[in-house]
Amino acid sequence: MKKIYNLSEEEVKHVAKLAKLTLTEEEIKKFQSQLSEVLAYVDVLKKLETKEIEPTSQVTGLENIFREDQTGQSLSAKEVLANAKKKNNGLFVIKAIFKK
Amino acid sequence: MLKRKIMVFLSSKRFLRNKKMKLNELAIKEAQEGLKNKKFSSTELVKSCLAQIKSQNRGVNALITTCEEEALAQAKKADDLIIHSPLSILHYPLIGIPLVIKDNFCTKGIKTTAGSKVLADFIPVYDATVVAKLKKAGAIIIGKANMDAWAHGSSGENSDFGSTKNPYDKESVSGGSSSGSAVSVATNMALAATGSDTGGSIRLPASFCHVVGLKPTYGRVSRYGIIAMASSLDAIGHFTKTVEDSALILKITAGHDDFDATTPKMPVPDYEKNLGASIKGLKLGFPKEYFNTGLNEEIRKKINESLEQFKKLGVEVKEVSLPHTEYALAAYYIIQPSEVSSNLARYDGLRFGLGRENFGDEAKRRIMLGTYTLSSGYYEAYYLKAMQTRTLIKKDFDEVFKEVDVLLTPVSPTLPFKIGEKATDPLQMYLSDIFTVTANLAGLPGLAIPNGKVNNLPVGFQILGPQFSEEKLFQVAYSYEQAKQ
Repeated sequence: MKKIYNLSEEEVKHVAKLAKLTLTEEEIKKFQSQLSEVLAYVDVLKKLETKEIEPTSQVTGLENIFREDQTGQSLSAKEVLANAKKKNNGLFVIKAIFKK
Repeated sequence: MLKRKIMVFLSSKRFLRNKKMKLNELAIKEAQEGLKNKKFSSTELVKSCLAQIKSQNRGVNALITTCEEEALAQAKKADDLIIHSPLSILHYPLIGIPLVIKDNFCTKGIKTTAGSKVLADFIPVYDATVVAKLKKAGAIIIGKANMDAWAHGSSGENSDFGSTKNPYDKESVSGGSSSGSAVSVATNMALAATGSDTGGSIRLPASFCHVVGLKPTYGRVSRYGIIAMASSLDAIGHFTKTVEDSALILKITAGHDDFDATTPKMPVPDYEKNLGASIKGLKLGFPKEYFNTGLNEEIRKKINESLEQFKKLGVEVKEVSLPHTEYALAAYYIIQPSEVSSNLARYDGLRFGLGRENFGDEAKRRIMLGTYTLSSGYYEAYYLKAMQTRTLIKKDFDEVFKEVDVLLTPVSPTLPFKIGEKATDPLQMYLSDIFTVTANLAGLPGLAIPNGKVNNLPVGFQILGPQFSEEKLFQVAYSYEQAKQ
C-alpha cells in the first residue's frame, strides 16, 4: 500500500529553501515521512471547536514594558566582533548581497 | 543469638554514622556548614568534584567542558575570603560551592555550545543573568553540561557531542534535554546544576536520574543570555540533591531583570524560610487524564503509594479533571517548532558560530516543521489553532486551582528507555513529553521529586501549582521528602 503523506516532496524542498537548509535526496525522503507523521498527529486539534476562543501567545499578562531611554553598560566593539570569522576595521565582513 | 544480632546491627549503624561521606556527595546546605565551621576548604570540595568528574565523565558523558583551572582559582579566592572574613558566608550564600551550568547558558570566556556543532567554537563575551547572579553569590563554575542540541529532545541523544548515559543503567537514556545537568548532580560531579525547561527538559531528566528538578513559573527567572529555544515557553531552573537546596538556588536566581521584559517586578519570597510549614489540610488533586492508558503500571503504583503518603500527612487528596489534556502535546508540537524556526533563523555563521550546514537532524526537523506551520496559507490551521488550544489548556488549570492547591502527576509515561530505542522515530520521542508540556503552555511551576525505583531505574512525580506558587511547591515536596526519610 502506498503511504499517504501530508507533505509532498516539493513542499519539503520549498520549506528547506525558506529556512536556508540544504538537504540531500536521502534527507528529503526521510524528513518527508517523519514530518508527515508529526503533522498527522497534530491533526487531532481539528476535533476541537475554537471559533470563539482568543489565542494565547504569552502567559505573563504583562503588557507594554517600557524603560527610560538611557544608555547603560554595553559591549565594546572589540567584544562584539570577538567571535566573527571575518572582520575588518571594526566591521563584520560578509559576502556581497547585491550585484555591482 | 538475638543479642548478637542486635550487636551486629548496632555496630553497622555506628559504622554508617562514622563513615565519612565524600565531600562531592554533600548537598549545598551540608557543604555550607562544613565550609563555615572550617571542617574543609572550598579547594578540597572542588578537588573532590574534579576527581569525580575524572573518574566518571568518560562513562556517562555528562560534561562537554570541564573548567579545572578556573574552578581551582575561584576556590582559592573563596577560601581566602572565608579565612579573612568568616562572616562573608552570610553575604555570599553559594560561596565556594561548585556548580555545573547547562551548555546553553552563556558563560563569559567559557565555550558555550548549546550541544550543537553550529556553536562548537563559540566563546561568549558576557554572562547570562542567572550565571552572573550565581557567581555574585559566590558559586564556582566547574563545568558545562552536555544536552540535546538546542535543547531539542527528551533523551539526551540529540547532542552533537554524543549521548549522555543514565548512571543507573548505562544502556538507558538520562532523559533530556538537560541530560548532563541531571547526570552531573546524580553522580556527584557537582553539588547542583542549572537547566532549562521548554516542554519538560528539567523535570524529565530529573525524574530519570533520581534528583530534584525545578521548572519555575514562566518569567520568574530571567532568560537573558540563555540560548533561546521557544521564547514563550522557556523556563530557567535547576537540579539539586534536596528540596531545600532547590529553594536556596531559586532565591538567588529569581527576580526582575531589565534585560528580560517577561520578568515581572514581583518580590521574591524567602523560599527557605517557610520550608517546614505544615501541609495539613492542603488540597492535592490528581488529574484523571494523566492516569489514562499509556502510563506504565509500575509508575502508577508508585504514584498511588505517594498519594497514600500524602493522606498520612493530613493532605486532602482528590481526583480532578483537565479536559483538554489530550490536545496539549499537539498544540505544543506546533507552537514550539514555530518559535524554534524563528529563533534558529539568526544562525548564519557570520557574527558568531558556524554555518547552517552544521545543524543536526532534530534541529532541521523542527526548523522545517515550524517554517511550514508559520508559512502563508497554513498559519490559521496550525499556529493560530494551537494558540487557541493553549487558551483552553490554561483555562483548565485556572478552573482546577479553584478546587485544589496543587496537582500531582507522573513526569514520564515510561521508565528510562534504552539508548537508540526511539532515535529513528521522532513522534515516539515527542510522546515522552506528554505529561510535562502542559505546565509550559500554561506557564506554571513544576517540581519533579525522586520517588524510588522500579527495576533499579528511578521514577519520580511532579507537583504543579498556580503561577508563582513555588513556595507552596517547596513546602509540599519538603514534607514528602522528610516523611520518606
